[in-house]
Amino acid sequence: MTDTKHTDDVTGVDTTGHQWDDIRELNNPLPKWWVYSFYACIVWSVVYWIVMPAWPIFMNGAWTYTGGVIGYDQRVVVENDIAEVTAGRQVFLDQISAQDLPTIQQNAELMEVALAGGRAAFGDNCAPCHGSGAQGSTGFPNLNDDDWIWGGSLEDIHVTLKHGIRWEADDDTRFNEMPRYLTDEILTSDQVNDVTDYVLTLSGTGEVTEASTRGSEVFARECTACHMDGGIGNRELGAPNLADAIWLYGGDRASVYESVANARSGQMPAWGDRLDPVTVKQLALYVHALGGGE
Amino acid sequence: MTSDASTAGPETAGAGLTSLIGEAEKLANPHGHEGETATAVNSEKNRSLYASRIKIYPKLVHGRYRLVKWIVMAITLGVYYLTPWIRWDRGPFAPDQAVLLDFPHRRFYFFWIEIWPQEVYYLTGLLILASVLLFLVTSLAGRVWCGYTCPQTVWTDLFIYIERLIEGDRSARIRLDKSSFSLSKLFRKVSKHTVWLIVAIATGGAWVFYFDDAPTLATNLLTFSADPVAYLFIAIFAAFTYVFGGLAREQVCTYMCPWPRIQGAMFDDESFLVTYKYDRGDPRGPHKKNTSWDGRGDCIDCGQCVAACPMGIDIRDGMQLECIQCALCIDACDEIMAKVDRPRGLIEYDTPANMDRRLAGEKERIHIFRPRTVIYMGVLVLVSAIMFFSLATRGAIDLNVLRDRNPLFVQLSDGSIRNGYTVKIINKVHQEQAFSIRIDGLPSAQLIQQGVSAGDSVKTAIAPDSLKDIKTFVILPRDALGSLDEGEASLRFIVENMSTGETVSNETSFRGPR
Ligand code: SF4
Ligand code: SF4
Repeated sequence: MTDTKHTDDVTGVDTTGHQWDDIRELNNPLPKWWVYSFYACIVWSVVYWIVMPAWPIFMNGAWTYTGGVIGYDQRVVVENDIAEVTAGRQVFLDQISAQDLPTIQQNAELMEVALAGGRAAFGDNCAPCHGSGAQGSTGFPNLNDDDWIWGGSLEDIHVTLKHGIRWEADDDTRFNEMPRYLTDEILTSDQVNDVTDYVLTLSGTGEVTEASTRGSEVFARECTACHMDGGIGNRELGAPNLADAIWLYGGDRASVYESVANARSGQMPAWGDRLDPVTVKQLALYVHALGGGE
Repeated sequence: MTSDASTAGPETAGAGLTSLIGEAEKLANPHGHEGETATAVNSEKNRSLYASRIKIYPKLVHGRYRLVKWIVMAITLGVYYLTPWIRWDRGPFAPDQAVLLDFPHRRFYFFWIEIWPQEVYYLTGLLILASVLLFLVTSLAGRVWCGYTCPQTVWTDLFIYIERLIEGDRSARIRLDKSSFSLSKLFRKVSKHTVWLIVAIATGGAWVFYFDDAPTLATNLLTFSADPVAYLFIAIFAAFTYVFGGLAREQVCTYMCPWPRIQGAMFDDESFLVTYKYDRGDPRGPHKKNTSWDGRGDCIDCGQCVAACPMGIDIRDGMQLECIQCALCIDACDEIMAKVDRPRGLIEYDTPANMDRRLAGEKERIHIFRPRTVIYMGVLVLVSAIMFFSLATRGAIDLNVLRDRNPLFVQLSDGSIRNGYTVKIINKVHQEQAFSIRIDGLPSAQLIQQGVSAGDSVKTAIAPDSLKDIKTFVILPRDALGSLDEGEASLRFIVENMSTGETVSNETSFRGPR
């Protein structure tokens, strides 16, 4: 391919001797501007190696890198940027920290910050159980609705967030315990069946039968202390309303039977131990704003 | 043409030499017209695969088209430099500049039209209009855009004008470039480039005024307290103006611009193009005064048309991609025709079809309405009508309703179903406006605003010229769930400006359990 020296007729320029499909490559020199740009790039790269952090080196038994002569470090730049943003935000966070929840709620500007912060914190901490849209699932309450076991006011939500539910490490945690009526042999299996039938009538999903009438007597004796007459629940005690359309562990017969027989006791961490107070406040405001806040 | 040499100042600088050349040319051209030894840059004689640029020295011509070009230049440059200084009162909450591209606040102002980011389709419409208009004029008269109004042409013309003022006309410039180094040469070159740079900086400087309040920016620029970005853009634009208008010139039109490549598809036989009427001009050759014109063409081969051409081509070789249809060769030849007492128009706007008709002995015809031009005109009218209609009926409110998707719906304790919606309202009025929001299409459903107790109607005030997100909920009672079809129903949000009564509505849906 590269044997014969050949000069192109049209241009009078030597070819490189390369020939493919009868097409020959002219041996034109590179344009000067190109060559000089190329040299400039080489010089530039050497200068860059010296000036900027560039080379990995093994020093004092560990890998590190050459620092460059001007002390530039992208990590420092990023840290400074973050510090700047944080400082800008701090103004608002200080106000949120200083004011009480209802006051913040009246302040549109602060609310914007609080809701944005709350949404982010919710996604990071709460979404694994309650879902990214706070829609909940079996055993994990839907926070969008208006059914609150421990209360839906700003203050109630804040307390729940801060101290958690059945979170033993926190002395002020929300706590209650429903008896395991069948397992602990407080009621017989028949009685549990009867109570189940009665509970289903409370929300209008069950028919009034002989069994449910028997169950109503058991309910009056065993359950009204917490769930109140008619099963309307008691937030002081964290006893769910059994007469509404919302069921935390399912409203079908089997789920209700299981709840009576074995009791349920969900848990929520005390976020006051894990997150800073401002974030917990923002979370409370966010959850309250989801639509069910009272 | 000798009159040029005796009146134009710089021309007289080398009077001795001129007269020598003049003598030689008189011999070659007994009519007494200073002949031009101009050769077209693309002529076959010097066409090679690897030629470097041949410098072009366009000669000044006088005539109708030159006059039109001066006028167009004055108007376009005037519009460009002065537009940002026109004031337009929009009240206290908006800028007072008639034409302003306000990127920081994401608004485009164009006299009474105000464009928001979500309305950039107006700009698309404008671009479509501009391109169809360009197609139309191209199919009618070739590259008239290139020859008269293209910024490249206008600024190149301006730069050549400056060059001519300082270095003289064509022959003086050729002589100057050939002459060896002298102080006067240095002085002329330096002053030319200085004036070019001033014009370039003024051009870049005018550009930035379209993006900020002109008087304020001007003061800031002069006190060196303007945003560095402004200086950067001035520098970029100045550099491009200087390089394109002063140094690269015709190369931009020939090598960089895509238009010459496309134009071939735009012309047809009925398009008016700058044409050398070879049927009248040929056979060409020098002509002695007082001899008969019989048996020969009108072209005396004086080369004036080539000398005048800013693209350096010879129009007598026929239509060429370099030709920008500036018609300066027409003026140049008309001057000659007047001198040799022949009718003008040897080079003229003409259509290829007419050329054929003349050759066939038929009458010339003008044929403007052809399928192609009619279609372009139709599109033009249609797009303008759509633009005009949408601009005329454009309201002062913009509404967008986004339904929450996570969760799709929420069941409340009493069994009713609730959906969440973010209502985005844009108040385009430069005053605070009060709006009320209501829903329609789902009887018995109730609309409430987040954080506001149920029962109150949803009302909100929106600051001048801004957007507000209002979070709302719609609740459908349990006994009305039957109005859902497959768990879905359509719902309309209606927003009313409470002072003007203007309403806008937005269709969305309501979701519930299936
Ligand atoms: S040939 Fe004539 S119309 Fe074309 S660019 Fe040259 S002077 Fe202008
Ligand atoms: S076309 Fe006109 S200007 Fe051109 S050479 Fe002939 S006579 Fe001269």
